[in-house]
Amino acid sequence: MRADHAYDHDESVPHTHPEPGVDPHPPLPRLDRAVRIGIGGPVGSGKTALVAALCRALAGELRLAVVTNDIYTTEDADFLKRAGVLDPSRIRAVETGCCPHTAIRDDISANLDAVEELEDTLGPLDLVLVESGGDNLTATFSKGLVDQQIFVVDVAGGDKVPRKGGPGVTTADLLVINKTDLAPLVGADLAVMDRDARARRGTLPTVFQSIAKDPHASQVADWVRHLVAHRRGDAEAHGHDHADELGRGPATAGMR
Amino acid sequence: MRALARIVAEADGRGGTRLARLRGEPPLQLRHTPDGSAAATVHLIGSAAGPLGGDDLRIEIEVGEGAVLCVRSVAASIALPGRDGSPSRTTVTATVAAGGELRWLPEQLVAAAGCRHLASSTVELAAGARLLWREELICGRHAEQPGDATVSTSVDYDGAALLRQSLTVGPGTPGWDGPAVLGGARATGSLLTVDAAAPPAPPAVLGATAVRMPLTGAATLVSATAPDAHVLRGYLSTGERSPYGG
Amino acid sequence: MHRTAYLLLADGRFPSGGHAHSSGLEAAVVAGRVTDLAGLEQFLHGRLSYAAPVTAAFTAATHLSATRMGRAPSFAESDVKVPFLSLDRELEARTVSPALRLASRRQGRALLRAGRLTWPSELYGHLPKHPDGPHQPLALGMTAAAAGLSTEEAAQLAVYGVLTGPASAAVRLLGLDPYQVQNLLARMAGACDEIAAAAAAVAHKSPQELPAHAAPLADISAELHATWEVRLFAS
Ligand SMILES: Nc1nc2c(ncn2[C@@H]2O[C@H](COP(=O)(O)OP(=O)(O)OP(=O)(O)O)[C@@H](O)[C@H]2O)c(=O)[nH]1
Ligand SMILES: [Mg+2]
Repeated sequence: MRADHAYDHDESVPHTHPEPGVDPHPPLPRLDRAVRIGIGGPVGSGKTALVAALCRALAGELRLAVVTNDIYTTEDADFLKRAGVLDPSRIRAVETGCCPHTAIRDDISANLDAVEELEDTLGPLDLVLVESGGDNLTATFSKGLVDQQIFVVDVAGGDKVPRKGGPGVTTADLLVINKTDLAPLVGADLAVMDRDARARRGTLPTVFQSIAKDPHASQVADWVRHLVAHRRGDAEAHGHDHADELGRGPATAGMR
Repeated sequence: MRALARIVAEADGRGGTRLARLRGEPPLQLRHTPDGSAAATVHLIGSAAGPLGGDDLRIEIEVGEGAVLCVRSVAASIALPGRDGSPSRTTVTATVAAGGELRWLPEQLVAAAGCRHLASSTVELAAGARLLWREELICGRHAEQPGDATVSTSVDYDGAALLRQSLTVGPGTPGWDGPAVLGGARATGSLLTVDAAAPPAPPAVLGATAVRMPLTGAATLVSATAPDAHVLRGYLSTGERSPYGG
Repeated sequence: MHRTAYLLLADGRFPSGGHAHSSGLEAAVVAGRVTDLAGLEQFLHGRLSYAAPVTAAFTAATHLSATRMGRAPSFAESDVKVPFLSLDRELEARTVSPALRLASRRQGRALLRAGRLTWPSELYGHLPKHPDGPHQPLALGMTAAAAGLSTEEAAQLAVYGVLTGPASAAVRLLGLDPYQVQNLLARMAGACDEIAAAAAAVAHKSPQELPAHAAPLADISAELHATWEVRLFAS
C-alpha cells in the first residue's frame, strides 16, 4: 500500500535516487517520513546518555523526536527535560509488557504507533530516535521499525563483550563502545575490544567514545547527520559522495 | 406484586418546580417533601423489606423544561427471595427535557441472600438536560452472602448512547467477587453527573478503590468499591460535592 | 487456508500489540489481589464473565455487519458506515474508564495495522475514524471478516484474547509455572466456548441491545494504573 503512495506525497522533497543503478543503495521507502534510528544495548550502557547527547548536538539543526521503551513511564522524559535537551512534547514512552525485545523486534506496533503519533502531532520530522529498554546482547530492532540501528555497550561490562558477539554487536549499523573514560578503572583493554569488534563486524563501523568527556557524542552525531542528509537526498551529501559509506556509516575522524 | 409510580415535574414559571403528577401505589409510595429550594423533592417510602421475588415495580419520571426534580428514598431497599423463586424487578424510566434536571439519589439496594433481582433504569436526556444519578449496591445483609442481583443503567443524551452499564453480583456469576470485579468488596456504586454547561472533569483518584472518570460526552462518572455502605457513600459524596472540581 | 487464518489471528505472535497489555492483571498484582495461580483463576473467571461477553458480542456484531457488506457491496457509502458508527458509540458508552477506552483503541489501531497488511481488504475503510484508532473489538471483527472467518470464529477469538492476555502477563509478572497456567486455560475452555457461542448468537441484534456487563475494579484499577510512574504494561 505504502509503496504505491511513497512518491506522490511531497513533490518538494527531492528524490534521492533518480537513477537506479547509479546508486548502490536500495530505493528508500517513504521519503515523506523521518529517518528512524534504533538505539539498543544492555542495561546502563549509556543509551539514554547517547540520546541526550544527540539531542544536544542535533536539536538545533534537525527536527527530531524520541521514543523510549523504559519501564519508567516518565523517567526518560524527565531526564531529557532536566537535561534541557528536548521538549517533553517530542518524547513518547512505550510500555513493553516485560519484553523489551518483543516491542522492538517481534511486535513493533506500539513503537510504530508512537513514532507515527509524534509525526502526526509535531509535523514533519527529520529524525526519530527509538531507545530500546535495556536488554541483552541478542536484542535487535526490526527493519519494519527503524532504518538503522546503533548498539551501545560499555567498557564497564568487560572487554569480552565484543568477543561474545550476538546479533546486537555483530549486525548493528553502528557499534558504540561507551564509557572509555572508565577503561583504566575497570581494567578493560580497548585494543582487545577493537580487534574483537573488527572480527565480528567486518566492515561495519565501530565508535569508541566517552559521553562523560564528549557530551555531544560528536562521532555518532556526525554519523547521524550524514545518514539524515543522505536520506533526504541532500545535494551536499551527494556532492561529498558520502553515499558510498552510508550503508556502513561515514568514515569520520576517530572512527575506524 | 405489581406497582407503578409516576412523577411529572414542571417548571412553575416562578423559578421553582411543581409536581404536575405524583402518583404511587403500594409498595411504591411517594411523598412530596418541600425543602424551600427551587427543586421539587420526592421521597420513596416503600416498606424496607422489598422488593420481593415476584414483584414487578415500575417508576416513570418526567422532568420538563427548566424543572428540577430530586428523588430520594427514606431507607435502603432490600431485595429478598420470593416463595416460588421467581425474580423481582424494578424498572425506572426517566426523561428530562432541555434545561431540566433530575437528581436520582435513593438509598442503597441490598441484595439479600437468595434474592434474584433485576433493577434496570433507562434515562433519556434532551440536549441541555442535567442529571445526577446515584446507584449503590450492597452485597448481602450483615455478614451474609448475597443472592443474584443485576443493576443495569442506560443513559442517552440527545439521542446518542452516553452510558451503558450492567453490574451483576452473586453466586450465579463466576468470578463476581474476585480480583477482576469486586476484589471482595461488599459495596459498590457510582454517581453519574451530566451537565453540558460545566467543563469536563479530568480523571482523578478519589481513594484506594474510587475514581472519577470523564465519559465521552458532557458527563462524569464516579465509581467505587468499598468494604461497606458508609465508606462507599463517602467516596460518592466526594464526587457529589464537587463533580467538576478538583 | 481458512483454518490457518484463524490460527494466525489467534496466535500470540500475531503482531497486534497485545503483548504490552495485561488487561488489568498488572494492577491486580501490584494491589496484591492476585498473587498465585488460584488468584489468577479467580481473575480470569471474572474477565470471562464480565469482559468477554461484551468484547465478543461487539466483535461478532462487527464481523456480521462487515460480512453482509462484503456480500452486498452496492450499499450507499453512508449506509455502510452506520452499523459501525453505532457499534463504536455503544461500546464507548460501555467503556467508562478513559484509560480503558484508550487501551482499547490503541489495541484496535495496532490490530488494524496488522490486519490490513496481512489480509488486505476494502472493508477496513468502513471503520469510524478516531485519532486513537478503532475500538479493539471492532478492529478484530473487521479483521476476522477480511480473513474470511465466521462470526463464531470471530467471537471465539475475542474470548480467547480476553483470557490469554492476562494469563501470559501473569506468567511474566508472577513467574507462575507456565504448564499450570496452560492447564488452567484448558480447564476454562468449555466456559469460553459457551461465552463465544452466546456472543455469536446476539451478533444480529441492534448495538444498543448488546451486553453491557461492567466490572467496577476493571475501571477503577485501570485508572489507578494509568497514574503510575513505573508500569510494565500499557494497561
Ligand atoms: N563514566 C561514564 N558514565 C557514563 C557514560 N555514559 C553514560 N554514563 C552513565 O551511565 C549510567 C547509565 O546511563 P544511561 O544513559 O541511563 O544508560 P541506559 O543504557 O539508557 O540504561 P537503561 O535505559 O536503564 O538500560 C548513567 O549514570 C550515566 O550517567 C560515559 O561515557 N562515561
Ligand atoms: Mg535508558
